[in-house]
Amino acid sequence: MIIAEQKPLEEIREMLGDAKKVMVLGCGACVTICFAGGSKEVGILSSQLRIAAKKDGKELEVIEDTIERQCENEFFESVKDKMKEADVVLSIACGVGVQTIAELFPDILVLPGLNTTSFGRPKEPGVFAEYCGGCGDCILDLTGGICPIARCSKSLLNGPCGGSENGMCEVDPKTIQCAWHLIFEKLEKMGRLDQIEKINPPKDWSNSMSGGVRNIVREDLLEVKLES
Amino acid sequence: MKSNSNLEKVFASGQLAVTGELGPPKGTNIKVIEEKAKHLKGMVDAVNLTDNQTAIVRLSSIASAKILLDIGLEPVMQMVCRDRNRLAMQSDLFGAVALGVRNMLCLSGDHQVFGNHPQAKNVYDIDSVQMINMLKTMRDEGKLLSGDEIDGEFKMFIGAAENPFGDPFASRVPRLAKKIAAGVDFIQTQCIYDMERFKKWMEGARARGLHEKCFIMAGVTPLKSAGMANYMNNKVSGISIPEDIIKRMKGVPKEQQAEEGIKIMVEQIDELRKVEGIKGIHLMAIEWEHRVPELVERAGLLPRPKFD
Repeated sequence: MIIAEQKPLEEIREMLGDAKKVMVLGCGACVTICFAGGSKEVGILSSQLRIAAKKDGKELEVIEDTIERQCENEFFESVKDKMKEADVVLSIACGVGVQTIAELFPDILVLPGLNTTSFGRPKEPGVFAEYCGGCGDCILDLTGGICPIARCSKSLLNGPCGGSENGMCEVDPKTIQCAWHLIFEKLEKMGRLDQIEKINPPKDWSNSMSGGVRNIVREDLLEVKLES
Repeated sequence: MKSNSNLEKVFASGQLAVTGELGPPKGTNIKVIEEKAKHLKGMVDAVNLTDNQTAIVRLSSIASAKILLDIGLEPVMQMVCRDRNRLAMQSDLFGAVALGVRNMLCLSGDHQVFGNHPQAKNVYDIDSVQMINMLKTMRDEGKLLSGDEIDGEFKMFIGAAENPFGDPFASRVPRLAKKIAAGVDFIQTQCIYDMERFKKWMEGARARGLHEKCFIMAGVTPLKSAGMANYMNNKVSGISIPEDIIKRMKGVPKEQQAEEGIKIMVEQIDELRKVEGIKGIHLMAIEWEHRVPELVERAGLLPRPKFD
């Protein structure tokens, strides 16, 4: 899933400027699971905006709504009229959701309420960890199912570096586990330590963002669309 | 000879090699390099030039290396994977070789969060093991990573760092083996204080014959004060200073702590050069370049060999 977190309230208020009518639009998918942009967060953020406006003596109407997914066109049907009534739509979906609105509704001003951070998972209550770097060339078969691209602070392919201490990464020893420590232990447990001494060659980054924008075009699916 | 560098010659002659280190200035003031170099001349076989160490912007290691060559000191040019992709690396390596650099040290590099531009985007296109292998291919096959041929000679003595004190400990000998397989000629270790752990690591390396497949240099940094010992122990990842050394530093008055640090260093060097498989000492006298003549003298590392 996509992990995101809410922007600081002050930054959001600054973006909203003098807008009088704001729609806070949540998303029922990933950002609901990471407690950043679901219906509950829509309610909390809307209240905060109202209270802050009142405190400053500013006029502000906040409309609240949440749709199932902001990344797909069809889910906007039920809210599009309400969206058009607002001066601003504050989307608290990931960056994909914000851009879907910008593309589908060119006349609406849409602003991002979240910072989208990574592909990950809720590891334990309150911890949303990064797991995948979206590099376009998966090597989890070589690394005991632990991704060094996303989970090593230097994305090393032949780690661990010298900055690994007691299983933690020097970049933030409180929260970041050393991915290569985990890989080493995992391969050891699996009896595959020979793998650790194989030199992983320079990676082909052309499938990552480095190779340019990645749009997948599936001819087989395009044809289905034409037929129907 | 792979590079014909002075450092390579010292190793080849069977003598204990000694390298120093020089931190370039945070600006264009080359007098800093000239001043530091003055103290190192004739005292060490080659001098490491750090590449934006601790992710702080400094005069580039390649330009510093050229300045050193002009003074008549042999550089070991450090290069980190943090700041350059494979294009920039290979291009700068051409430049370095063309300018006369013959020793390299391949490093991952400190993460930028520790430096003066923590907002920077890092590169890590290739890692240090891959860099070693890239250099070997450039030197031995005359080819770039792409397979394209290099126009001209490419001579280089390829070095890398190893940190026996990083975790997991069991990964540290395999990692040395990996760097050797990638093509490393010499290794400089992280500064050693925990002698017991270092010896255990060397034992593991010897058990696999790795000490005969590359030249291993033991890293040493003299402690200037009890404060420095504490700082390095607590704040610098991958360095652990045993309690007895910290106690020894604290046990003397402040004005005698530098002297105590030197005494400890001399003892460490005496002990390290007896370890089977140690072929050199890498002396990292951090911002203490002017004390190097005294340090190497007292450690019994003089005179340095000369070759025609």
